Amino acid sequence: MSETEVGRSPDPAGSEKKKSGNLGLRVFLARPELGSFLAATALLVIFLIIAPTMRSAKSLSTVLYDSSTIGIMAIAVCLLMIGGEFDLSAGVAVVTSALTVSMISYQLNLHLFVGALLAMGVSLAIGLFNGWLFVKTKIHSFLVTLSMFFMLRGANLGITKAVTGEVATKNISEMGGFDTLRAIFASNFHIFGFNIRITVVWWIVLTVLAMWLLERTKVGNWIFAAGGDADSARAVGVPVDKVKIGLFMGVGLLAWFYGMHRVTAYTSVQAGEGFGNELIYIAAAVVGGTLLTGGFGSPIGAMIGAFIFGVARQGIVYAGLDPNWYYFFLGFMLLLATIFNLYVRRFATQRKVS
Amino acid sequence: MIRSIRTLKGGRLRRAAAIAAILPLALAACSSGGAGDEDDNGDGGGEGTSEAGDPDGDLTIAMVTHEAPGDAFWDRIRAGAEAAAEDLGVTLRYSNNREAPEMATLIDNAVDSNVDALAVTLAYPDAVSGAVTRAIDEGIPTVAFNSGDDVWQDMGLEMYFGSSETVAGEAVGDRLNELGAENVVCLIQESGAVQLEARCDGAESTFNGDFEVLYAEGTDLPGLEASLTSKLQSDPSIDYVVTLGAPFAVAAMDSLENADTGANLVTFDLNEEVAKAVQDGEIEFTVDQQPYVQGYLSVLMLYLNVTNGNDLGGGEQVLTGPSFVDSENIDDVIEYTSEGTR
Repeated sequence: MSETEVGRSPDPAGSEKKKSGNLGLRVFLARPELGSFLAATALLVIFLIIAPTMRSAKSLSTVLYDSSTIGIMAIAVCLLMIGGEFDLSAGVAVVTSALTVSMISYQLNLHLFVGALLAMGVSLAIGLFNGWLFVKTKIHSFLVTLSMFFMLRGANLGITKAVTGEVATKNISEMGGFDTLRAIFASNFHIFGFNIRITVVWWIVLTVLAMWLLERTKVGNWIFAAGGDADSARAVGVPVDKVKIGLFMGVGLLAWFYGMHRVTAYTSVQAGEGFGNELIYIAAAVVGGTLLTGGFGSPIGAMIGAFIFGVARQGIVYAGLDPNWYYFFLGFMLLLATIFNLYVRRFATQRKVS
Repeated sequence: MIRSIRTLKGGRLRRAAAIAAILPLALAACSSGGAGDEDDNGDGGGEGTSEAGDPDGDLTIAMVTHEAPGDAFWDRIRAGAEAAAEDLGVTLRYSNNREAPEMATLIDNAVDSNVDALAVTLAYPDAVSGAVTRAIDEGIPTVAFNSGDDVWQDMGLEMYFGSSETVAGEAVGDRLNELGAENVVCLIQESGAVQLEARCDGAESTFNGDFEVLYAEGTDLPGLEASLTSKLQSDPSIDYVVTLGAPFAVAAMDSLENADTGANLVTFDLNEEVAKAVQDGEIEFTVDQQPYVQGYLSVLMLYLNVTNGNDLGGGEQVLTGPSFVDSENIDDVIEYTSEGTR
């Protein structure tokens, strides 16, 4: 990572214009999404061949839905990783958010809108705390968020048990505002025989927004710079600390968003859930071409990564295979992506040396 | 950063891309081979070739559970279901996820696949009710088993095969009273599991002495063993420990030995080691809900329902437990535990 490279990145939309037509193919080949796109296509074709029951609009709708439940969180996790940090609390933070909506509203007998807003505050605060602690202490984000992961996992259970007397929340489907929230976060509509869940639409919209943020705004350049080489970025005036705190809060925001889906779609929340998913979010981002070391990646890649896991998770069942193989698949895809990314990074380094 | 990579030469990248594209093919071959062996247990149909929706030909019965992968208890449920599928010549499609939303999606998956019949566990009734309703609306005969004894009728299901966790817990409380227990610890191996809480709550409700719940991580048996040992050492007046699953009873036996406070052990569920310990008198008794029967009955009754219009239970739940195994009847049971069917 040379300083000139990083120095150029914060310059808004500077080198973007230099692209000329004959570079088109090379630009395509160097996209972080490429490997995952090819893998996703191959995987889909394989499963469509071996699983006849998957070849229907309603089956593909289920695959898309399952992908979207991974993909929404993967967007925020991907941005954070491009910014150079991890969040291991992302999986349980989703459940924390869902529990908060449910319990605050039910126990205090508040309108669900109020509960939803308060839960958003809690989720953002968790992100803020993660980011602030990281910035202040300089402890690796892996450790900061690992601590948060354990704390939230314990708090989810402890608080739920203390408040409701059980380890799951009450059914909130009869409460004021439920129908509206369900329409926003957990409705569905039919188009061309597809049963599209609204999360799929949100997944796409949020991915496009994240792409725009990353590739078309100054903040996007800051994110790349902060993840590539924080010290150099700081030297040229990038507000690295604020960017990183913002990225952690972004994870909090989408954890709230997906938590809202879980609570409105499934009406009650099991307090012990969510753990393990943080690694799937990270894996989706990595499979999509995001580098673990930061500074490189793409939300569209993360989207494709999430789709790969959705196809694998449901396809294995459609094909009548043993679902235990899903984890083998997850590991294998991750390995492939890592190897591919290693190539990409090696090329990047060579380019700079020469 | 990203811009510098965009101007790379494409050759080696292309090769890496080719590798990325080809390897999943190899993987798929690998995974279908592995699960193909599994299919042989169920039926000769092979994966993906079954004519779903054709009652004269090969029936496909889907089973969706909240199993956390790799649990001996669930292995018995699955063994029962697979044995029934083999005996009856139907295809069994088993899938599981321990998280409620993902489990609901797996039920959708079964409905999408037009399976002929469906068996589900109802550990998360609110979360899966939508998917179950959809299955019923699509005309797929559906039964519940293992968990959800208080909700299955409300969901419009016709049959339930399982044991009531609360009733089983209460029976344990009664037995502990008979044994003269005074201070009991109930060890829950998975925090946040409703059905496990119900067992301890049931036992507490009928037990007369002191009763306390201890939580530990069932995925970390050495940690669980250590937690229980510390608990016993810190309170030597504890005279009975209740564990809620066979592997945890085995770990608890080490705790009892290490703490050496003279506490006794009772447990839920059976496996080969627990059966041996009951025979040797190290475990006073075990409460078996007969998971093999739950799996077998679910598949059998769905088969009879689809092919012959039968139902079982007369609208009430069909109880597979609690079945007590102690020194008096262990000799009749022990040979089957080593076969993984009881």
